Amino acid sequence: MTEEINGAAYSHFDPELFRKDFPVLHQNIHGKPLVYLDNAATTQKPQVVIDTIAEYYKGYNSNIHRGVHQLSQKATDEYEKARVKIQKFLNAPKSREIVLLRGTTEAINLVASSYGRKFIKSGDEIIISEMEHHSNIVPWQMLCEQTGAVLKVIPMNDLGELMMDEYKKLLTEKTKIVSVVHASNTLGTENPVEEITRLAHTVGAKVLIDGAQAVQHFKVDVQAIGCDFYAFSGHKLYGPTGIGVLWGREELLEVMPPYQGGGDMILSVTFDKTVYNEIPYKFEAGTPNIADTIALGTAIDYIESIGIDQISTYESELYLYAEETILPIDEVTLIGCAEKKGSVFSFKLKDVHPHDVGTIMDMEGVAIRTGHMCTQPVMKHFGVPALSRISIGLYNTKADIDRAAEGIKKVLEVFA
Amino acid sequence: MNEELKEIYQQVILDHNKSPRNFRKIDPSTHSSEGLNPLCGDHVFIYLDIQDGVIADISFDGNGCAISKSSASIMTAELKGKTVEEAEIIFNQFHDMVTGKLTDEEEIENLGKLSVFQGVRDFPVRVKCASLAWHTMHAALHSETVVTTE
Ligand SMILES: Cc1ncc(COP(=O)(O)O)c(C=O)c1O
Repeated sequence: MTEEINGAAYSHFDPELFRKDFPVLHQNIHGKPLVYLDNAATTQKPQVVIDTIAEYYKGYNSNIHRGVHQLSQKATDEYEKARVKIQKFLNAPKSREIVLLRGTTEAINLVASSYGRKFIKSGDEIIISEMEHHSNIVPWQMLCEQTGAVLKVIPMNDLGELMMDEYKKLLTEKTKIVSVVHASNTLGTENPVEEITRLAHTVGAKVLIDGAQAVQHFKVDVQAIGCDFYAFSGHKLYGPTGIGVLWGREELLEVMPPYQGGGDMILSVTFDKTVYNEIPYKFEAGTPNIADTIALGTAIDYIESIGIDQISTYESELYLYAEETILPIDEVTLIGCAEKKGSVFSFKLKDVHPHDVGTIMDMEGVAIRTGHMCTQPVMKHFGVPALSRISIGLYNTKADIDRAAEGIKKVLEVFA
Repeated sequence: MNEELKEIYQQVILDHNKSPRNFRKIDPSTHSSEGLNPLCGDHVFIYLDIQDGVIADISFDGNGCAISKSSASIMTAELKGKTVEEAEIIFNQFHDMVTGKLTDEEEIENLGKLSVFQGVRDFPVRVKCASLAWHTMHAALHSETVVTTE
């Protein structure tokens, strides 16, 4: 329970205590205790989050913003409370700037189709980077196809850092949108988003930051970054799947057309004219994901009860331990060596294909991600079809890293 | 090594992974196709030279995991000299074996070298790896240019 977390027991960071909060971690896989190191794909859920979902369905399930009855009011209150928690979590100026969606992917698509449809014209330029997740590439390509705008890409160096000089050269008065990832899911690189934003604003471009791999690892303050839009997914933040967030500046959301039409997003409808609801409801057509929104609020409470800065410090230490433990294995090549990085350890293992690495480590009870990780341009840059990735969460321990290292040695045994 | 792992990573499979047979391009070929497994990035090209309904030559290139690469390698070795009809029958039997539909020990044994892939049925996510080359071969015979196993 969250209440207990505030106590003295958590005064120093003890992942063993947090592990108890995550039921899924306590099971055997192929006869061995599970080591879950695929946190960048999705994190596990603490019991309080699971309980929140059950409590909603058991106790006050009903539609929001519609009924006058008590259950509907309770559901509406909890839903809107979660919005305020999210607002504070991002240090956003206003809760009406928080749009509740399915995830990062939908948030980026919303901006590309709504802002894009209204403001992007043929010949305009949109800048993304070489290390983007496909969800921050494809919506912009689609927009470019529809409008005749041109997509430009900030290249990265072999450490996996964006080349800021090249970025500066790409910026012109034609640049209308810059959309980059805060932290890379494949390389772990933490990008200088404040600087990227500041430079974009000098040419009048709007900036979207993909925070899918950021909010769970370090403090994010959208006002300090200065960006115009920020997107993240609940399921990577110890919350449920199917819920995500777009923060956007009020004045931009106000002038953007709705994304989908339906109930909740209107004030009045006649067959001649429909008056759209105010923000953020204008962008939340239909019955939203009520249970998971409320549970995302609980996930944020959970994180804050531990302290995001504490999580950050602990995970950085654990990442360094992973480097110390795994890099001495000669056959391992670390991909992504940015000066500023954390929590993601992607590697090549001799000429063993990552898929084989993944299967053998799974047999050892160690869950890691293998594949292109939805960043095919990154694979291309490093000349590999796929990679293996260890990604750290707040409940991982040095013992987990040791097990991963043993798993890697097992792979080498098989492929001796 | 544990038993299931031994089953899937048999010596024959590791050997074909290390030194794949018929790993080259046939140019010109009478039939060819490209196979993709977007999930793991397996990417295989199959080339065939078919004369009078007989597979006179068959080869592959591309990249993939040990299972997909060795499967392609062993497939080319097994299918060379077979008729197109025979190839289709073996494809179906192979497919049934890796998906666990073919359980008859004797029938599996009749598949000869291909039977080393029977352990794959215990690894559902790897079935696609083992069958990618076969699907691609099948597509080539039917003149489809790109297949994916997703
Ligand atoms: C950097 C990054 N951006 C975007 C996404 C997409 O998130 P979702 O699938 O939750 O929409 C991911 C998830 O893998 C990611 O890692």
